[in-house]
Amino acid sequence: MSSPTSPPLSPTGFGHRHLLGIEPLKPHEITAILDLADSYVDLNRRPEKHSDALAGLTQINMFFENSTRTQASFEIAGKRLGADVMNMAMQASSIKKGETLIDTAMTLNAMHPDLLVVRHPHSGAVDLLAQKVNCAVLNAGDGRHEHPTQALLDALTIRRAKGRLHRLNIAICGDVAHSRVARSNLILLGKMENRIRLIGPPTLVPGQFAEFGAEIYDDMREGLKDVDVVMMLRLQKERMDGGFIPSEREYFHRYGLDAEKLSHAKPDAIVMHPGPMNRGVEIDGTLADDINRSVIQEQVEMGVAVRMAAMDLLAQNLRAERSATAD
Amino acid sequence: MTLLFINARLIDPEAGTDSLGALLVQDGTITEVLPAGTEPGQLFRARNIDTNSVEIIDCDGKCLAPGIVDIGVKVCEPGERHKESYKTAGLAAAAGGVTTIVTRPDTAPAIDSPETLEFVTRRAQADAPVHVLPMAALTKGRDGREMTEIGFLMDAGAVAFSDCDHVVSNTKVFSRALTYARSCGALVIAHPQEPLLSAGAAATSGKFAALRGLPAVSPMAERMGLDRDIALLEMTGAKYHADQITTARALPALERAKANGLDITAGTSIHHLTLNELDVADYRTFFKVKPPLRSEDDRLAVAEAVRTGLIDTISSMHTPQDEESKRLPFEEAAAGAVALETLLPAAMRLYHADLLDLPTLFRALALNPAKRLGLASGRLAAGAPADLVLFDPDMPFVMDRFQLKSKSQNTPYDGQRMQGRVLATYVTGAPVYRRD
Repeated sequence: MSSPTSPPLSPTGFGHRHLLGIEPLKPHEITAILDLADSYVDLNRRPEKHSDALAGLTQINMFFENSTRTQASFEIAGKRLGADVMNMAMQASSIKKGETLIDTAMTLNAMHPDLLVVRHPHSGAVDLLAQKVNCAVLNAGDGRHEHPTQALLDALTIRRAKGRLHRLNIAICGDVAHSRVARSNLILLGKMENRIRLIGPPTLVPGQFAEFGAEIYDDMREGLKDVDVVMMLRLQKERMDGGFIPSEREYFHRYGLDAEKLSHAKPDAIVMHPGPMNRGVEIDGTLADDINRSVIQEQVEMGVAVRMAAMDLLAQNLRAERSATAD
Repeated sequence: MTLLFINARLIDPEAGTDSLGALLVQDGTITEVLPAGTEPGQLFRARNIDTNSVEIIDCDGKCLAPGIVDIGVKVCEPGERHKESYKTAGLAAAAGGVTTIVTRPDTAPAIDSPETLEFVTRRAQADAPVHVLPMAALTKGRDGREMTEIGFLMDAGAVAFSDCDHVVSNTKVFSRALTYARSCGALVIAHPQEPLLSAGAAATSGKFAALRGLPAVSPMAERMGLDRDIALLEMTGAKYHADQITTARALPALERAKANGLDITAGTSIHHLTLNELDVADYRTFFKVKPPLRSEDDRLAVAEAVRTGLIDTISSMHTPQDEESKRLPFEEAAAGAVALETLLPAAMRLYHADLLDLPTLFRALALNPAKRLGLASGRLAAGAPADLVLFDPDMPFVMDRFQLKSKSQNTPYDGQRMQGRVLATYVTGAPVYRRD
């Protein structure tokens, strides 16, 4: 999936033209993003939150699927770095008129954007689009495939809470089957040498995930034993064509995270959720708000910083590539 | 007109032999298979043949085999002639050594009435240089509710009945259609698949599909579909052919059904014999076929089943798709691949990998499909029609899809190194293709 045109010797230590997934990244590239993101966390906490890293560049957010949080996060990230940001709500526009994804991409490409942030309901659609444009493409989630910035922001949250991003026991719980967040996290946390457990009913945690090196549990208490990090996933009701779980109340009873189930994890285990939460379905509302255990708000904060870092690195590569071809 | 092929490496699937010899063809029919070193002059004198009307073809040790009989070719007439016409499909077939194409009725509209069938037969006769035998739909509109006029359609020339990739999920409708087809002596070709389990699937479930986040179907769906069909065959005694068996799990059921004496045969596609699920790589839609590509273990099991004869036939499952229907995200892209011209070179991969020898390959490519349809072709024997392919099994080339004669160029082998090329194709003794 790494682009053949990626700059071979990047000045940034991040050798890719696009950020399409975690799969093509090397561990040191993940670290490079997280290190830079750390500095943007500091910037974002200052009263004056502005940098000129993306000044003069145009960022277009194309969301073929509804999103409030991710789109807002990318928009703020771009604006804080000085980019000209435009949002396109694609589900409302040309798709309805029958234009194909590639035509849409070609049309946008003709407007010379520099950064394209894309979310699409089908796996692989962002890869396809990236092949047809001249700018840097960031995958903001494609189908059930990958959601790389989410995995990176989760990694940054873990690294800041636990002081490291390796040799941790991490449980990913719930609807793994429909989750691009779970796939990207599984790949990233695996690359950084953590032990990963997947916990959920077998209809939502298919056995083939064991081949990724994860341990699979269908019992929440057993699976949570001695873990350092508990990542909850949203039950993706909109992606289900029926019959994965008998009811939400039974799901909450068996797999919803509450204080009792969490007591099986390490006493200092942190609780994460990519949002938006279904309170009372996969997570108990009180627990989600418990600032001693839940880092859900930090995740949102890290999201902006990680997206700033990723766009900064891609923009540096883009500028290096352009000055190289201009010579 | 008399043709004499000399210095030929004769591939005889019936005898299972691969040996040098010569072949005499008179008036479109094979009249004699001769040993190596036959002296033409002597032969003509002995047989009292006028040497003025004789063409001697020196095959230079290259392979001469019965022309391929390909069950399940989609020609997009009526409805989508921009994807493939009888003319282009016929030219592609000739260039691929396919001398008989058995066409699918999954056109728009479906070929489900004698009138439509007569229309396509006329088009085929006017335009295609190879034999074209049409199949008709088993149910009207291929929507699994009412059977078609099987008797009239047979009178109009339908050689088999199939709803193609639409499974007749209503078991009552399917059992009645099978019962009625049996009374007509009609062959029913079905797509063994549990349709509810495989609905929406774009890949075979496993690590690869999970990694790519593609909706996937268990390979078990094929066995479930086949199991159901076998039970219905026990009930009805119909004559049945499974279009594509692509998984190891379906093979024991097929073996039992054959051992129990049911009138069942099975085919597989060249893609499932030469590619596996990993070839999809970064969502390459030219590798999207139906059923989806399987694991390497399944591929090898299916090749072995072709070797033992458990799987009877190999088809191209030629399915033209235009660029627009493939340039889409993988899940949305149309399934299918063109394969008339790549069938033989791809089959040579199995030969060069020592999985199948040439007589075995041509048993599945020519002899068995001809037998199943009651045709006299598919053999290198006196009395058989001179439908022949002359090919070099070793000639290397790099596949360039824009050189294909099909109107659509959606081949998964684009850019790949292949070995084996067709040198000439003959249909009832007349040359329909010659490689320059």
